[in-house]
Amino acid sequence: MAPLDNVASSRRGLLKGAAAGAVLFGFHLPPKEALGQAAPNGQVPEVNAWVVIHPDDRVVLRMARSEMGQGTRTGLAQMIAEELHCDWSKVGTEYVTPGESLRRNRVWGAFLTAGSQGIRQSQDYVRKGGAAARIMLIQAAANRWGVPAAECSAKDSVVTHGPSGRTLRYGEVAAEAARLTPPVEVPLKDPREWTVIGTSRPRLDTADKTTGKLVYGSDLRMPGMLVAVPRRCPVFGGKVRSIDRASAAAMPGVRHVLQVGDGAVAVVADTFWQAKTALDALKVEWDVGENGNVSSATIDARLTEGLDAAEAFVGNQNGDARAAIAGAARKIEAVYSYPFLNHAPMEPMNATVVWTPTRCDVWCPTQNGEAALAAAAQAAGLPQTACDIHRVDLGGGFGRRTTHDWLIDAVMIAKQVPGVPIKTMWTREEDMVQGRYHPVTKAKLTAGIDANGEITGLHMRISGQSILAYVFPNALQAGRDPVVFQGLNPTGNDSRIGYTFPNLLIDHAMRNTHVPPHFWRGVNHNQNAVYLECFLDEIAHATNQDPLALRRKLMANHPKHLAVLNAVAERIGWGTPPPAGVHRGIAQQMGFGSYVAAAAEVSVNDRGELRMHRIVAATDCGHAVNPRQIEMQVEGSFVYGLSALLYGECTVKDGAIEQTNFDTYNVLRMDEMPKVETIVMPSGDFWGGVGEPTIMVAAPAVLNAIFAATGKRIRSVPLKNQDLRRA
Amino acid sequence: MVKLNVNGKVVEVDATPDTPLLWALRDHAGLTGTKYGCGIAACGACTVHIDGQAIRSCITPLSALDDSQKIVTIEGLSPDGNHPVQVAWREMDVPQCGFCQSGMIMAAAALLAQTPRPTDEDINAAMTNICRCGTYNRVRAGIHQAARGGITG
Repeated sequence: MAPLDNVASSRRGLLKGAAAGAVLFGFHLPPKEALGQAAPNGQVPEVNAWVVIHPDDRVVLRMARSEMGQGTRTGLAQMIAEELHCDWSKVGTEYVTPGESLRRNRVWGAFLTAGSQGIRQSQDYVRKGGAAARIMLIQAAANRWGVPAAECSAKDSVVTHGPSGRTLRYGEVAAEAARLTPPVEVPLKDPREWTVIGTSRPRLDTADKTTGKLVYGSDLRMPGMLVAVPRRCPVFGGKVRSIDRASAAAMPGVRHVLQVGDGAVAVVADTFWQAKTALDALKVEWDVGENGNVSSATIDARLTEGLDAAEAFVGNQNGDARAAIAGAARKIEAVYSYPFLNHAPMEPMNATVVWTPTRCDVWCPTQNGEAALAAAAQAAGLPQTACDIHRVDLGGGFGRRTTHDWLIDAVMIAKQVPGVPIKTMWTREEDMVQGRYHPVTKAKLTAGIDANGEITGLHMRISGQSILAYVFPNALQAGRDPVVFQGLNPTGNDSRIGYTFPNLLIDHAMRNTHVPPHFWRGVNHNQNAVYLECFLDEIAHATNQDPLALRRKLMANHPKHLAVLNAVAERIGWGTPPPAGVHRGIAQQMGFGSYVAAAAEVSVNDRGELRMHRIVAATDCGHAVNPRQIEMQVEGSFVYGLSALLYGECTVKDGAIEQTNFDTYNVLRMDEMPKVETIVMPSGDFWGGVGEPTIMVAAPAVLNAIFAATGKRIRSVPLKNQDLRRA
Repeated sequence: MVKLNVNGKVVEVDATPDTPLLWALRDHAGLTGTKYGCGIAACGACTVHIDGQAIRSCITPLSALDDSQKIVTIEGLSPDGNHPVQVAWREMDVPQCGFCQSGMIMAAAALLAQTPRPTDEDINAAMTNICRCGTYNRVRAGIHQAARGGITG
């Protein structure tokens, strides 16, 4: 195994144990040994699987979830440290590998870092990991002194014997603590006692991001390493018909011209630029198949047909919405649409692989180490026990790096150059046209209105792609994709609708395309919130009601949804005159276990140019582990969501995605960024996510404000395609 | 063989003249702090200084350079990582994933060297870098904070 040039090699012990596949939603508690088992080799000074304490008191907290900018590393460290009672200034972290987790019976639980669950779905066991280690450290000190542990306490990595005042540092007793039997009962602190959780600790990983020292996947270097740049058939599902290798093989630095599986090619060279230049020159003929006939227009026609199709999967239903609408004094109807979107993380896809007939090691940024291991092993033709994934921090994820098509290709490339480290790097163009896209959908919303202007029934028909049908078909429920209904569900603690209608029907006509869909920050909330929150705004205006007042009438049974909505309404000054020329919009939604709302202030000038002045956002995520990190996620969610609203759209021509770089897939820049005011209002009795929820309300709040400003109801995004001049 | 002056040292790069400076820095000089984000000067992740000006190294070919131009990368912005922009970035926890931040910091440092007390409009004009995590408001606050601290470089 070649050592790395610029990263420390991950620890790897003897790998054995049962293979575990990728886990769909990753909610698996780790086994009890996580609270006590020391590493078998005894070389690592670990008190338990989560906590390593060096003789000089340095504390290393182990991380199974990945850091991609969302602050999970720091938040998880705070949760372990809260119970460990360690000196925060001595805290560092390290990634564990999925191979080692396998060997140790999944001691670290899920690796999946998606669905805003990094904190909320590991909070219990990581806190217990910290608490168990503290109990063992105190016991070890008590044993040293020959006193009852109950007479001892720990603070800032020092154990103190109360009656005598004697002290021992954690580093002095860690080795003995590791040999103790882990406690069976591991009580956790009452949240009122927290001193680390709930504080805005600076991130643990900022310094190296300001000096260029942080090594991302694309920065990896190893002795003898070559760089591969791949190209897959631009039409999804297409195949290589022929490769004219001579067109590139003699170019500077080129070592190999490869076919990768049946649908891709790659050039392997000494440097990226050499490989890319040769790939650009390489002549490849593709067999694009039937998918070459697909366009945005054919997809739209298919989705439009679904809006009125007889059959659809029901997501939420009470009463008889169709009858109520048919019998209503008045009917309001609107059709909305939402396009394909690319994740476009700043760092294009990459993975560095060393493959031999008996072993495959991968260094890469991934949102799910375990799924990466399963994918790598399958592509390598080796058991998972002969492979491992060595993670580096991600240059953005947003869901793209939960799936591993890019890793599989990287392994298949490395497999053709055995024993040589191969860094496979995608160009931005490849990243744009080989994405896994936010699903395309349309929705027809129909409301029955009685003589008093009250809603008698609502029917929301969604037509379009299912992510699960492509990604996890086994998770479909008799063909139905429950994820389609995010934010619209009647019950549950993850993504429940915040309104009660006298008659309601929300259903989905599944209309899939050849463009592969995937989880994209906020997932189906993005369009569902636009559809429902903007249509409610339409009803309010059509019935001469205040949009906030209408919502409040429908939200009597939904106090937590209402609380965040009220908070933003109060802060923005809803009901008071806005500044001259400025107009307001509101929206709320529940998702990823959290309640969020936004109020936006915008203006639109005579030329139809939008300016977003100010957005107020409220988040009730139950417990707020690090308020400053939450503010950062709220601000970032607006950038991601408003980028999509203003510019985001991937279109299809002749079966391929048309947008190839940031010149045709523009995103929000600093000059367009509104002021963001964040209200963090944890109500304390649940654990909600933070990384995604706010994105749900970004677009609808602004769209509703645009209507207030212009009288134009925008039902198709992005705004770049729309004329915003006042109607 | 092209000779470049990078971070005060002469570096010899064995690459074809069409090779962009970005890849000479990353793959030849081993300076990977400067990032590839788009290759078409759209995102600014590759921003470095040439004679004090912020430029996008992904579209600057070696044929346009020689060792008379002083190239500074994120690794050479300050000897100890304590340029006022870097200090402000740490104090305000500006980065999220961090991938765009080398370019952000280099663009901000060049702005402050020329405009020590930039207005928001100055910042909008100079800072056209893309950040997908959405650090823009903290980048702006960080620049103002660094300006208050005074730029000497």
